[in-house]
Amino acid sequence: MIVFAASQLLPGDIGRNVLGPFASPADVTRFNHEHGVDRPIWTQYWDWVSHFARGDLGTSLQYGVSVSKLLGPSLVNSLKLAAVAFVLVVPLSLLGGTVAALRRNRATDRVITVTGLSFTSIPEFVTAIILIVVFGVVLKWLPVSAAAPAGAGFFTQVKYLLLPSFALVAVLFGYIARITRAGVIEAIDADYTRTAYLKGLTPRQVVGRHVLRNSLLPTIAVVATQVGYLIGGLLVIEKLFNYNGIGQRIYIAAQAKDFTLLQSGVLIVGIVYLIATFVADLLYSVFNPRIRHGAAE
Amino acid sequence: MSAVTPTTPIPATSEARIARRETLGQLAHSKTFIVGAVLVGWWVFWAFVGSRLTPDDPLAQSDAILNGLSAGHWFGTDSLGRDVLSRVLAGATDTMKVAPLATILGIAGGTTLGLVTGYFRGWVDDTISRVIDAVLALPLIVIAVTALVALGSSNVTLIIVIGAVFTPIVARTVRAAVLGERELDYVSAAKLRGERAPFIMFAEILPNIAGPIVVEATVRLGYAIFAVAGLTFLGFGVQPPSPDWSLQIADNYTLLNSGTYEWTVLFPALAIATLIVGVNLIADGLQQVLD
Repeated sequence: MIVFAASQLLPGDIGRNVLGPFASPADVTRFNHEHGVDRPIWTQYWDWVSHFARGDLGTSLQYGVSVSKLLGPSLVNSLKLAAVAFVLVVPLSLLGGTVAALRRNRATDRVITVTGLSFTSIPEFVTAIILIVVFGVVLKWLPVSAAAPAGAGFFTQVKYLLLPSFALVAVLFGYIARITRAGVIEAIDADYTRTAYLKGLTPRQVVGRHVLRNSLLPTIAVVATQVGYLIGGLLVIEKLFNYNGIGQRIYIAAQAKDFTLLQSGVLIVGIVYLIATFVADLLYSVFNPRIRHGAAE
Repeated sequence: MSAVTPTTPIPATSEARIARRETLGQLAHSKTFIVGAVLVGWWVFWAFVGSRLTPDDPLAQSDAILNGLSAGHWFGTDSLGRDVLSRVLAGATDTMKVAPLATILGIAGGTTLGLVTGYFRGWVDDTISRVIDAVLALPLIVIAVTALVALGSSNVTLIIVIGAVFTPIVARTVRAAVLGERELDYVSAAKLRGERAPFIMFAEILPNIAGPIVVEATVRLGYAIFAVAGLTFLGFGVQPPSPDWSLQIADNYTLLNSGTYEWTVLFPALAIATLIVGVNLIADGLQQVLD
């Protein structure tokens, strides 16, 4: 509903925007009438919601083709990019956060924390530019664009996605690592960890079996909330790497005032976000027997 | 016989001054704070000086198109033959105007909202908090892009939109701080004296939660620069012909596809990075001292 209201607030005559400044006023009126955008707002809203629920996303005002045809492949592309970024960032930041916590307040900890904090606060396109210049232009190791040639194999595709996902990883790493660090420190200081040591377990066993398992919980929660940020990041990164993803679609739709495309794009983003939060909740209960058992009682 | 020296009562203000001097002393010893202050100070200087001290006019075009690094142009020239070094130095101006003003707006709005919701609780709190949750559920950049398309892009709308987006976030922090204060004795005393709610909120509670608000303000300033940069890069922020860093990157990044001309984007990127890292180091230093 917020999505719909926001896109209605966009100024400008839709027909005028699509047909260009040289179309006659009569044509503009006819276009608006054919696409139903001259009807009362509430009728339009009801129409949109009922169609969306049935999986019919309508027709793009700008391209004249069905929105699902435009958004489907873009969503798949974005999910690929996000998947590569997540596969890289989660183990990396878990490792970084754990090492920082085990070396608490020593040089290693300071370096990891300060580097992470700095990268988190630098805009992703700035990191991306520096990465492109270093790996794409000077060293020529990785391709500058993100879109792999058509029909490329799995590994070629991943290779093309590495640079953009590094940029996303840089932003997410500091944040997730910080939460992991806090979680691990809390677990180290807990009584059960002391008990584990007193039982005669090796440090490796204690960290692996007791500390990590408990410190994973806040990390999972924070990774889920970062999905929202990740979508915003995709908007910028996909434009920079000229990658046909959902962020790029939303950006183009916003510029062209293509309402049908914009509404469905933003709504799909919202749905992806909800699914991610839901999956995180499930994982949370898998890792935390207290929640599982609490629900069973 | 010992002379009785009359003890002058220490005025309350001098006590506050001593406390403030202690805080400043601690800050002067914090390495993170000093490094951050130097970085930010450098860019604040250039934001004020602008194009008056740059080697060339940042907007002047020439025939020397896309020249590499040389003695005449330390950072090379861009696709219109403009001196990149001059543009990088002058590029701080718009960001340094928009980001602090947006931060002040967000802090002012958020503090007021946070004080009201935290102090009154009840239905006022419930209603406003629900609205805040709803707004925060959407990705911020999507809200900002939509709002800027609706209002049109200019420095003024940029300040208003970023300030408005920050307001609920600041409000949440301030509300949490107010909840910690409202049950304390000095608040009850003020209530018993018959002070009015606005006086208690702004004259009694506000000074006591100044620490967290200052920290929040510096953190927000970092995010404001982040937001201005991202929105400008997308074309919804600072508008040409400003030599703003993000605009330089947006104008020139497609050149990288040819495998060279990296100086047109690398130096503005490094400029943004140093400014933001500087602000965050200051925030980190303040947090350690004030919290």
